Parts: sequence; structure tokens; C-alpha cells
Amino acid sequence: FSGAGGGNDIQWCFSQVKGAVDDDVAEADIISTVEFNHSGELLATGDKGGRVVIFQQEQENKTQSHSRGEYNVYSTFQSHEPEFDYLKSLEIEEKINKIRWLPQKNAAQFLLSTNDKTIKLWKISERDKRPEGYNLKEEDGRYRDPTTVTTLRVPVFRPMDLMVEASPRRIFANAHTYHINSISINSDYETYLSADDLRINLWHLEITDRSFNIVDIKPANMEELTEVITAAEFHPNSCNTFVYSSSKGTIRLCDMRASALCDRHSKLFEEPEDPSNRSFFSEIISSISDVKFSHSGRYMMTRDYLSVKIWDLNMETRPVETYQVHEYLRSKLCSLYENDCIFDKFECCWNGSDSIVMTGSYNNFFRMFDRNTKRDITLEASRENNKPRTVLKPRKVCASGKRKKDEISVDSLDFNKKILHTAWHPKENIIAVATTNNLYIFQDKMN
Amino acid sequence: MFVRGLKRKCFDGEEDIDGTLAGIKAIPSYNLQRQSLLDMSLVKLQLCHMLVEPNLCRSVLIANTVRQIQEEMTQDGTWQMINTQSTGQASLDRLVSTDILCRSSREQAEGKHVAGYSTFNKDFEGDQAQDSSETMSTASSVQALRNLQSNVWEMENPQENKGNFQKSLDQIFETLENRSPNSVEDLFSEVDNSYYDLDTMLTGMMSNTKMGHCDGLETFSSPTTTTSNSNCKSDLNELDHIVEILVES
Repeated sequence: FSGAGGGNDIQWCFSQVKGAVDDDVAEADIISTVEFNHSGELLATGDKGGRVVIFQQEQENKTQSHSRGEYNVYSTFQSHEPEFDYLKSLEIEEKINKIRWLPQKNAAQFLLSTNDKTIKLWKISERDKRPEGYNLKEEDGRYRDPTTVTTLRVPVFRPMDLMVEASPRRIFANAHTYHINSISINSDYETYLSADDLRINLWHLEITDRSFNIVDIKPANMEELTEVITAAEFHPNSCNTFVYSSSKGTIRLCDMRASALCDRHSKLFEEPEDPSNRSFFSEIISSISDVKFSHSGRYMMTRDYLSVKIWDLNMETRPVETYQVHEYLRSKLCSLYENDCIFDKFECCWNGSDSIVMTGSYNNFFRMFDRNTKRDITLEASRENNKPRTVLKPRKVCASGKRKKDEISVDSLDFNKKILHTAWHPKENIIAVATTNNLYIFQDKMN
Repeated sequence: MFVRGLKRKCFDGEEDIDGTLAGIKAIPSYNLQRQSLLDMSLVKLQLCHMLVEPNLCRSVLIANTVRQIQEEMTQDGTWQMINTQSTGQASLDRLVSTDILCRSSREQAEGKHVAGYSTFNKDFEGDQAQDSSETMSTASSVQALRNLQSNVWEMENPQENKGNFQKSLDQIFETLENRSPNSVEDLFSEVDNSYYDLDTMLTGMMSNTKMGHCDGLETFSSPTTTTSNSNCKSDLNELDHIVEILVES
């Protein structure tokens, strides 16, 4: 993995970077979610300003066999606007928390995007022809006086410059009192779930005026609240199964066939605490920030503050694999609590074959763990490695003691440069990594 | 594991001042730092629900941390010890700092008028006032937590919530108005001093290298190289600013 290994190791190269070059980050440009569609041809990003930008991969050029197609802007639209809740005198942020693509059924593409309160179904369609030769309308759209029509003609479609239009087809609103953290489309492609801090709702994609509450962990007395929902996802194959994670480091698997309200879990995944590592921060760092099923549906991955864990759905007592993302931060937890970094919510993702998992860290570092070889690598998303097809140099953080050349010490890490959102192409070795306001695309070196 | 062996045992009130002071010197900074963590957490809870709708997950995690600290302090009797000891300036300041964070909620609960606070400052020399302020600080943390919880988490009832929101704002502003600017700085400088050991003590890990913890803290700050405390301080500056605006209007 670090370049010295066998032929199966991936060599990652810089491919593209999107976004502003300057260091002055406009708040609205902060990327808040990244997601490939099911074919990998489209890559969507959402930002704090409520915008969605979709990139499309160029068709592969037969002559350029050394690289895959580049991603170029395909569509940009304003998904959510800031709102004001007059009753509570509070703003509702327009920040896009999650985007999820629907599988493609016809020529148009559909995606769900959500902010804290409202989910929207967007249709993205192409128009590359337009009708010409109407009898009753001029070319500019003005209506002709029918009495001036002397002959009739049949209107025809003529090609035009490609136009990509995004239109909101459904708006799913007013179902969440708390902030939505997850949306997940069911494998039946008809329903989806949305989860906030205390509740999970089930929707039908066609119906916007009602949803079913399937999980509710709000206590009768809010003063007794000690645990919130942090993420939720449907199983990729079983349309009756979903999981949700909590701030106490537990994952509950629920079966919707068991009852209408899935407050009683079918399975509870929880690793017993390591007493030697116990501190006042143990609970905070055990809080799960992301949960993702493997493509196969046999495993699920969770991300807590310091590690990534792989669980076998058949075993609830402990994860089958644990990978340390940045263990050197364990001795810095108090400082990270003070500056709030300890509450950063990192996401994680699987590669297409479920053999490698990836997650972000600080200093614009991101980490990959190969489940088969047990090797891991740290790479950096930075404009300094700008040349396409240059292999990225692995990075290393020096936890203590003598710092070797090319290593970076923990104290030099920039905690403002965090990679929270990463995505892996469903089929190829192409990854999208979001720094604060830039999107980096890396590919493996093709020979 | 925490370095529990270094904790002092329960005193009774008959020990003379010298003995007590000696005992305090033997306390590792653990207790002081745990107190600082408690203070910091309470500040975070209070500050966070002044802005946009608070992040519920973060609030819950901080509140749980506060609860943990309080439980531990109750268990090993530190909570009681604060009542019995009569000490020098250092712990007075500590009591003051806890008191500041908790007082307004407690006052709120007991319906007391805020103006009485300034007299407490003068009375600190007297044991009587000390005891009562110490008693307050023990009870008030729990009270503060409960009030804060209900303030922060009651999002559903809009009318009530608005009232709570307003109440909490009032609490913060009263606190700030009654405090001289210096003492607010003192509050955070007190907390600041113990941070550089807080990492090692409270996370229970003694690192091998003699890391400059202060230096370490510097790197966590923003690129404009403000101090590690800048988050708290800048929040306070924002609050000062808001207070100014409100007072003028």
C-alpha cells in the first residue's frame, strides 16, 4: 500500500481539484456532503450555502488510455434556502446535510437532498433538442394571429446546446422537530428513511403529506435525555432492515416487520469499554459519527472519533475489525474538547469491492485501510501535489519522540483543515475527498 | 486509569489551616483540573444555546460529561470537601468561578435578586459567607445542569422555549453585567493555567515525551495564533458585544 508492496497495491494520483484557490474560505462554499451516483458517472456535492453541484465524468477517450474521464460541472442549483422559524425565533440553516441518489430508471436522474428540516426530491434532466416550426407561435414565443396563418407545417425537433435542468419534484417538510442527520433510500426504491436526533421517519417517495415514525427515543422528560441518534441507514438488500447509531457508541438493527414502531431493536451492537482507556472523554469519543453498510450487506462500518470499526451483522458483541485513524490524538482529548474538535463528525466509506475503507482526519489527511493486507496509508489532499499522474506521497504523523524526516509532529497538525466527507466510486478506483471548500479527485495510476 | 492513589482522603473540619494547606499542596492538580473541566463544560453548555438552534448531540455529550464529573466528585467526597475546607486565594477563585457559572441559574430557581452578588465579594473573608458560598457552589452545579438541560433541550414547546431562551439570555447577561471585566478574565485565566496538565491527568495517559503542552495547545488554535482559550474568550467578547447593544437599547 505504501508503494513498497506487491502488485495489488493502489498507487493514488492527483486527478482534479474543484473550488476556490484562495485561503479565504467563504462560509457558503464549505462542502458539507459528497456522493457518487450508482454508476459513478455523476458526483454530487452539497455546501453550507444550500447549493448542489453535480459533476459528470467525461466519456472515456480511447486515445487517452492512461487516465479515466475527468469530472466537469454538469449542473448547479440552489437546493435549500435559509428559513426562519418564527415560533422559536431561530434560523433554519440551508446547509445540505446529505445527498442520496436514486437508481436511474429513465433518462432523468433523481436525488434526495436534505437540510436540517426539509428533504427535497430533485429531478435532473437533459434537454438537447427543441421544437421548431409551430404554426401558432413565433420562434420567440409570441403568439401569431390565427387569421394570418395561410399554410400549415409540422413542427420538428432540432438539436440545441445541451441544457441540464434541475427541478424540485417533491418537498418532504414539517416532519422533523430536531435536526436531520441522515437520509437513506430503501432497496425497494419506493421508500426512504430520514433520521433526526431523536426520531426516524419512513417516507414514500410519492407521498409528501405524511410519513411514518418508526423510531422515537425522545424521553417523556427531556431532562432525562442522555443519548441521541447520530446516523441511520437501510440495509442494501433487505428492505425491512435498517440500523441506527447513537451518541453512546451503540448500533441498533431494527426489523420493520416486527412492529410499527421499532423502538425495540432486533440486534444491539456494542463493544465493551476498555477500562484502561477510560476517561471523562470516553463517551464523547465513542459517539458514532457515521454508519455504512458494505455493498454486500454482510458487514457494516462505524466511525467514532478515533477509529473505524467493521461489524459482522451476525455478531453483536464486538466488531470484527478495528482500525485506528489517529490514535495520537488520544492524549490531546482535553484540548480537542476545549476547541470543540472532539465533536467533529467524520464520515467513512467502502470501496466497490468492500476490501478497502476510507475516512478523513485533520491536516487535510485522509486514511485508507486495506482489510485483506491489513496495510494502511495516510495521504494528503493539498494543492501542492497538483500534477496529474504524480503518485501521492504517503504521510506519517509522529506521535512522540524523535521526528523522522518527512514526518509531521502532532503539534504541527492543522486542526482547522479537516476532511469530514469522502466518497469512493462504486466501480473504479476513483475517490472524491472534500477539504473545507475544495473537492479533490484522485485516481489510481493506470499503466 | 486516573492516578487515584494521589488523591487525598476526606478531611474533617477540625484540621487547622496549615494542615489543610499542606494537604492541598499534596493534592495533584487532578481535582483542580477536574473542576476546570467542569467549569469549561458548563460554559460550553451556556454559550451554545445562545446562538442558532443548538446542536443537540453536542449538548447531550457535554451534559453527560458534566454529570460524570459531578458523580465522581460526589463519590469521593470532594463535593463535601469543598464545604469543609477553609483555604487561600487559589481555591476561593475556583469557588468564585464555579459560582459565577452556576449562580444565575440557582438565583433563578430560588427567585433571588441578583444584586446581592456584589456583597459576596466583600464577605469572602468571613468564614460564614465562605461556607454559604461554598454550599451554594455544590448545589448550584447540579441545579445549573438541570436548568441548562431544560433550557437547551426543550425545543418542542415554542412558547415555553422562547421563554426559556429569553430567561437563559437574561441569566448570562446578568452574570456579565455584575462582573467587573477583570474578574471575567480571571475566571478564564484560572481555567487556562491548568490546561497544560489537563490532557495528561484527565485522559489518564502520561506521555513519555516532555511535550510542551502549552505549545501543544497553541497549535490547536486558529491560524491567527490566538491562545487556546480564544474560543471561550471570543464567545465572551461576542457576549460583551451583545450586552453592550442591549444595554444601549
